[in-house]
Amino acid sequence: MLREILDKYEPHFLRGGKWNHFYALYEAVDTALFKPSDVTKNSAHVRDGVDLKRVMITVWVATFPTMFFGMWNVGYQANSIMAEMGMASQEGWRGAFIGLLAGYNATSIWDNIVHGAAYFLPIYMVTFFVGGFWEVLFASVRKHEVNEGFFVSSILFALCCPPDLPLWMVAVGISFGIVIGKEVFGGTGKNFLNPALTGRAFLYFAYPAYMSGDAVWTAVDGYTGATMLSVAASDGLTGLQDSIAWSDAFFGTIQGSIGETSTFAILLGAALLLTMRIASWRIMVGVLAGSAFLATLLNSIESTNPMLALPFYWHWVIGGFAFGTVFMATDPVSASMTNTGKFYYGALIGVMTILIRAVNPAFPEGIMLAILFANLFAPLIDHFVVQANVSRRLARG
Amino acid sequence: MEHYLSLLIRSIFIDNIALSMFLGMCTFIALSKKINAAIGLGFAVIVVQTVTVPVNNLLLQYFLGDGALAWLGLPEVNLSFLVYLCFIGVIAAMVQILEMVLDRYVPALYNALGVFLPLITVNCAILGGSLLMAERGYNFTESVVYGLGSGTSWALAIAVLAGIREKMKYSDVPEGLQGLGIVFITVGLISLGFMSFGGIDL
Repeated sequence: MLREILDKYEPHFLRGGKWNHFYALYEAVDTALFKPSDVTKNSAHVRDGVDLKRVMITVWVATFPTMFFGMWNVGYQANSIMAEMGMASQEGWRGAFIGLLAGYNATSIWDNIVHGAAYFLPIYMVTFFVGGFWEVLFASVRKHEVNEGFFVSSILFALCCPPDLPLWMVAVGISFGIVIGKEVFGGTGKNFLNPALTGRAFLYFAYPAYMSGDAVWTAVDGYTGATMLSVAASDGLTGLQDSIAWSDAFFGTIQGSIGETSTFAILLGAALLLTMRIASWRIMVGVLAGSAFLATLLNSIESTNPMLALPFYWHWVIGGFAFGTVFMATDPVSASMTNTGKFYYGALIGVMTILIRAVNPAFPEGIMLAILFANLFAPLIDHFVVQANVSRRLARG
Repeated sequence: MEHYLSLLIRSIFIDNIALSMFLGMCTFIALSKKINAAIGLGFAVIVVQTVTVPVNNLLLQYFLGDGALAWLGLPEVNLSFLVYLCFIGVIAAMVQILEMVLDRYVPALYNALGVFLPLITVNCAILGGSLLMAERGYNFTESVVYGLGSGTSWALAIAVLAGIREKMKYSDVPEGLQGLGIVFITVGLISLGFMSFGGIDL
């Protein structure tokens, strides 16, 4: 049925057809619904139904636990704080939307999700449509395929935004990420930086007041709540333990970027990605090892900087550490390609994360910048791994 | 000791001479197509920088600076208008000497670097390093550390760029941006990545 409709319209999109500029769109719909009929023709040997599209869709699905939890948490934080501050409802269109579907009860799961959705969905929709616009534009003009790499970039970008971010900034950020981070290099698979991170880093440096600090993490105007990272940076481990328990940070009922708070929900996604063998466990192990190593090393230094004394298992659950490790660092395009290289690449991310968190007072969060930094070194790491392999084989004779 | 260590780290990562000051761009972009060539050039820059910055420092302290000729009994003489001329002369001479020394004693390295060595003379990262040293008033030991650090930072940056450019062989850049255009964008993005060090206070 669907196949018939698609086949009927196909000639219009082919060369010479009346809509041939939109072939990329047709192709996107077609391959999203049906397995493409192209098969490998020459002597490559792997034949599999899992193409790039299916891989990317799987990553997209893997972010769902995080996304739903993130929406619930944004709503939960906002509702609890509004109850504390005695506010009855949100203002403007968000208030109307919430009023239509739910209330402001922090103990009701539904109310929380609706409240969170009122913040998350606009961000996601803007990301999706603006990003999608660029993607389709480039695909149509340059005759490449629209592909689901963009789904992943857009959801990851949306999830690492603070809930209060103005929507035009979301649009600017994703435009930069998609166009400069990816499309100028020729699209998915040809870029060297993770597009979602490029967009986020751009916003981070262009509008620091909206991307960090204390006021942006809750979806309530005029409320300031520090993220756990800034609590840790100012009051150290004891301050952190006074405000939350480790399990709070693990399950994620804390303030932070939409998708970053719950390590648990992220681990669900990670489990899916690892069983499907999409994300590389080597990179994850590398990140964990690198961060644990440096954090432990820093623990042994006597210093007035309380961040140095934070043990690694706290580092793992606060901020965007888990999110970055599972979804961002393992991006197959911008990571190292070689297996040995993946360990080094991961370790570089781990070390840089802790380093930025501990010694850089300008940026409380390190993992996103650390991954961007490691993206730059990934090709170089690969080069050395390959060279080492070449000389080892030469020595073997 | 800690002071020198933090100066070293600052000059390598935070004040990266290629990526935060954009010095030495011509060679940086022209010779970053191959990783091995880039690394060779990087080492040459490290050596030249580590030698010229301290030598220029001595020159500044004992001949060119304001009141530097006091040891000759001429405390009111100020030759600092000669700084550019002398610094570039020192750099050219150092590169020549280095070239001859390498040719005589380490011919293998000389052959590997051959083409790049004379090019270093006109690399503004080298002159920039010496001028920054003068402007910031480093003493002799600091200038050795700074020379080493800024040279290393440039070498690191060109190695990273070369790695990425080798990977970019597989990319499909729009026509208008092919060649130098995309390299400039790449350098900009690399420098965005290095901004993660911005604000570190050592």
